[in-house]
Amino acid sequence: MKDFSNRYIFIFSVVMVVSVAILLSLTALLLQPRQEKNVETEKKMNILSSINITSTKVDAVALYDRYIRESFVINTGGQRIQGVDAFSVSLRAEHKKPLEQQSLPVFTAVMDNGDTQHIYPLEGKGLWWPIWGYVALRPDMSTIAGATFDHKGETPGLGAEINTTPFESQFLDKSLYEDGRFVSVAVVKGGAEKSDRHEVDGISGGTITSKGLEAMLREGLVKYEKYFDDNRR
Amino acid sequence: MENLINIFVKSIFIDNMIFAYFLGMCSYLAVSKTVKTSMGLGIAVIFVLLITVPVNYLLEVYVLKKGALVWLSDSFATLDLSFLSFIMFIAIIASIVQLVEMFIEKFSPALYNSLGIFLPLIAVNCAILGAALFMQEREYSNIAEATAFGLGSGIGWLLAIVALAAIREKMRYSNVPAPLRGLGITFILTGLMGIAFMSFLGITL
Amino acid sequence: MEKIEKEPLLSAKNIKLMTGPLGDQNPITVQVLGICSALAVTVKMKPAIVMAISVMVVLAISNVIISAMRKSIPGRIRIIVQLVVIATMVIIVDQFLKAFAFDVSKQLSVFVGLIITNCIIMGRLEAFALANKPWPAFLDGLGNSWGYGLILIIVSFFREFLGSGSIMGFPVMEKMGVYNFGYEDNGFMILPPMALITVGLIIWFQRSRNKSLIETK
Repeated sequence: MKDFSNRYIFIFSVVMVVSVAILLSLTALLLQPRQEKNVETEKKMNILSSINITSTKVDAVALYDRYIRESFVINTGGQRIQGVDAFSVSLRAEHKKPLEQQSLPVFTAVMDNGDTQHIYPLEGKGLWWPIWGYVALRPDMSTIAGATFDHKGETPGLGAEINTTPFESQFLDKSLYEDGRFVSVAVVKGGAEKSDRHEVDGISGGTITSKGLEAMLREGLVKYEKYFDDNRR
Repeated sequence: MENLINIFVKSIFIDNMIFAYFLGMCSYLAVSKTVKTSMGLGIAVIFVLLITVPVNYLLEVYVLKKGALVWLSDSFATLDLSFLSFIMFIAIIASIVQLVEMFIEKFSPALYNSLGIFLPLIAVNCAILGAALFMQEREYSNIAEATAFGLGSGIGWLLAIVALAAIREKMRYSNVPAPLRGLGITFILTGLMGIAFMSFLGITL
Repeated sequence: MEKIEKEPLLSAKNIKLMTGPLGDQNPITVQVLGICSALAVTVKMKPAIVMAISVMVVLAISNVIISAMRKSIPGRIRIIVQLVVIATMVIIVDQFLKAFAFDVSKQLSVFVGLIITNCIIMGRLEAFALANKPWPAFLDGLGNSWGYGLILIIVSFFREFLGSGSIMGFPVMEKMGVYNFGYEDNGFMILPPMALITVGLIIWFQRSRNKSLIETK
């Protein structure tokens, strides 16, 4: 290899940095709308799946517009906060704020048979990475009408089972309240009593993920307690 | 404080760079023949991680993240430069490694003689870039957490490579089947050590 | 002056560049390069294949770029130049995955970024692209990424088949009805350490067939 002067090296670096910067900004600019749409569609599919509507990437946006009638943000006192878009709230960022300042999103869905369901997003910690989910409640603000969970990278075949139908469907008709007291739903290792309305089966081999999910349900939903009490029908 | 200790211990044992994510395997396999050299490389990795993770954390929070540039002007609130993070992280790592190398060479020739040869290797060690990317992914809430994570990951890496080197030194006296000698048995050993490390799973402090 | 030789595009030497890495020049099992990212993405076949394709794109194109610029890159800053070229390619691949293969890009998460420090790429740029013309460099890139991809696919095949009872997401074991006889998936295969042991076994198999690869003590 030849020896190059400092001047050459300097010009070479500048040209390289500039051309790389242009190339990358161009790619990012061109692909960003598509990437954002992917993220949005996925979130809509998750929300829909909590009210037991199966959607595909193609019809998710249309179905979302059809079923989700209203979305708004409340605080822990149960009052609505104006001017915040519920769909774009990042729960992970909210969790870092003091409790009174957190924005809690609520999505309201009207089903084909006229029933109303309220959907609450949740976010928590699994074994390796974050886990999150959506829980849909009936108007009594206690009975679960559907739940969906997802994870970033739990152990495949063990903790990762939380986003499968057999696990999620267990939550149907479980209830959050016992004699007017908030008790949440526990994820029990080694088999829950079928008739117990506050327990579901944990995942064998996925204890930490199950515990994380249980904590996510309890800690996430208890923040809405005031709202539940005010709006129970 | 509790949180910091938790992150620190977790990144040493549970989220171990080698056993849980296989990061830095190339140098891990190549340099683990004797305990002495692997100790040197391990210390160099700790050193570099301890510096690069917090620096990259600042870069992420004040430059790259969506809306991170608001401290310059409010009009940048929606600007998202995170697509540049790979190239920025690697540039920071490469230049810090270079700086550290020059610094050590100047002020501590003895240390340079024992550590120096490993430093250029480290710029392309996946564990360093991996730590930066994990730091970004996990969104640590302050720089102390990020530093605890960097230090813990480095110590975990050192622990893994020194342990393997110690076993390999002893393996020289064992009668390994010919086709497994060298690389093959090292892979299997690392796998078995990984299984042992899995017993730390689920520890929370 | 260099003697300019007219060489057919696919001469024997060039074909060797592509086929060598599949066998006794394999980057993972023989050259010990690029293991970092290889193991973490092999739980299921689909991410493994996407990873292999991403590495192929990055390696082939950066090989060509570096080879084309080899006479104008100042030696003193060549490592940085190589890193910048690789990082740029990886960012572009990552952006494309996020836009067009969103599900897989979520599964690969940070491991796409780690292609930057994949030793295969740096290794091939240093060892081959800096000293050869673009076309052989391109073939060398393809060959090495095939060798890399091959190991990825073999490892992920065994891990998915034995660990989750499926191939490419298709539930083979369930369709064969073996669960009725009391068969259970071996959950152990999906845990990280088994990737290492699987590669170890592949090396054992390869070296017992090809004695010339056996390491002397």
